[in-house]
Amino acid sequence: MIEEIIVKIAESFQFAFVRNAFIVGILIALCSSLLGVTLVLKRLSFIGDGLSHVAFGAMAVAMAMSLTNNFLLVLPVTLISSIVLLHSGQNKKIKGDAALAMLSVGSLAIGYLIMSIFSSSSSNLSGDVCTALFGSTSILTLSKTEVWLCILLSIIVLAVFLLFYHKVFAVTFDEDFMAATGVKAKAYNLMLAAVIAMVIVLAMNLVGALLISALVIFPALSAMRVFKSFKSVMLCSAVLSVFCAGIGMLISIVAGTPVGSTIVMVDIAGFFIFGAIGLTRGH
Amino acid sequence: MPQIACHNLTIGYEGKAVVSGLNFSLDPGDYLCVVGENGSGKSTLMKVMLNLKPPMSGKLVTGSGLRSNEIGYLPQQTPVQKDFPASVTEVVRSGCLNRRGLRPFYSQAEKNLARRYMDKLGISDIAKRCYRELSGGQQQRVLLARALCAARKIILLDEPAAGLDPMAGQDMYALISKLNSEGITVIMVSHDIPAAVKYAGKILHIGKQSSLFFGQVKDYLKTEIGRVYAGLEEEA
Repeated sequence: MIEEIIVKIAESFQFAFVRNAFIVGILIALCSSLLGVTLVLKRLSFIGDGLSHVAFGAMAVAMAMSLTNNFLLVLPVTLISSIVLLHSGQNKKIKGDAALAMLSVGSLAIGYLIMSIFSSSSSNLSGDVCTALFGSTSILTLSKTEVWLCILLSIIVLAVFLLFYHKVFAVTFDEDFMAATGVKAKAYNLMLAAVIAMVIVLAMNLVGALLISALVIFPALSAMRVFKSFKSVMLCSAVLSVFCAGIGMLISIVAGTPVGSTIVMVDIAGFFIFGAIGLTRGH
Repeated sequence: MPQIACHNLTIGYEGKAVVSGLNFSLDPGDYLCVVGENGSGKSTLMKVMLNLKPPMSGKLVTGSGLRSNEIGYLPQQTPVQKDFPASVTEVVRSGCLNRRGLRPFYSQAEKNLARRYMDKLGISDIAKRCYRELSGGQQQRVLLARALCAARKIILLDEPAAGLDPMAGQDMYALISKLNSEGITVIMVSHDIPAAVKYAGKILHIGKQSSLFFGQVKDYLKTEIGRVYAGLEEEA
């Protein structure tokens, strides 16, 4: 039994597209988990959800315009929305969560409408939508450019977190203090917004628009059950997320299940295990 | 030359002025206590002085070479921080960020500075503990240590004794006085008038136009509003 599984995995890994999917999956899991800690703590868990719907809408437009590279439209649109949302979070007149909900459902509706109007009768509309929302197979059909773009964006995200680690901590813990004591908190917030947009666009390929939030939230929440300093939560969240994504992808190869939802299932299992550990430690 | 001066300042929120015609100036080493009723704009004034909020009109001038990265700030606690997974050391060290520019990591000198202030505030023994598991008084000390790391010339405190029991409150005021005697300018917002008149050098009373006051504590106690405020608190 175990032998069969190993053989099956080994066979799959002979295909370049499986190896690509694995690399991209691990990188996305890593980036989104780092970001997740900050987002959950800033009470912005839902920004991933909202932005991914915006990205879905943009993707629909890109498909309708039959662009060769969807990234070129999806990334800028998501980036702008991300900056607007993060900024409106501080604007007391428009409540952050309401703005988010509005943008989220709005772009979902627009995206679906555009896809159904512009898709030719021969193409498979529900299949396209399903792919965009759940990422069912698109990670297995990545082009070489997409893989390199993904690697490049991941390096940027990781570099930002490494070089600005302490600033990310400060802007998460207390933005007002940071600004008051003469550090450019606004600039770091903007940087964070840019990183969020990048990760969302990347993650759409892996798990699809609907499940991105899971990738962002679960590892961070699991880590917070057990660990008590920012550094340990960050590290744990990253390791756990990579581990879950790896296991999830292997399971989906062996069992033939959809990649995105399998990864999320493993993340959920991880959350319950960490929750139990947290409880036994009397947390 | 004064360190901070306000000329005809009007502050408020959501387009409505709360206080107008504020004029005061502070020299290096002053200890100012801002008092007034709830909603009179004390915290808003604090935010304007910290550049977190623009004034509605008027001017706020800093002098004596005061730069924004020489300011320390003790804010009121936000709900986000109540369940934040951060160790005491991490929080205190983040006060050093304003001296680092783009350098990614803390230098040994900055780590030592953080340790010195933790020693001073008696929180060295809980340096590795998680911030969210501390008592209110301990959390307040942690935030004060962070503010001290950031404060090179001036420190602004928003209700530093809020949520502390009387003993811890006294300790807090004593600490702040000690800092002030070491040359750091202190600006404090407080409801606690007896403590304000006991420790502060100058009082700024804000509220209705007729009750605005700025000056020495002894002069404040001669005004009607000052007597009412200090007196009321004694009866209570």
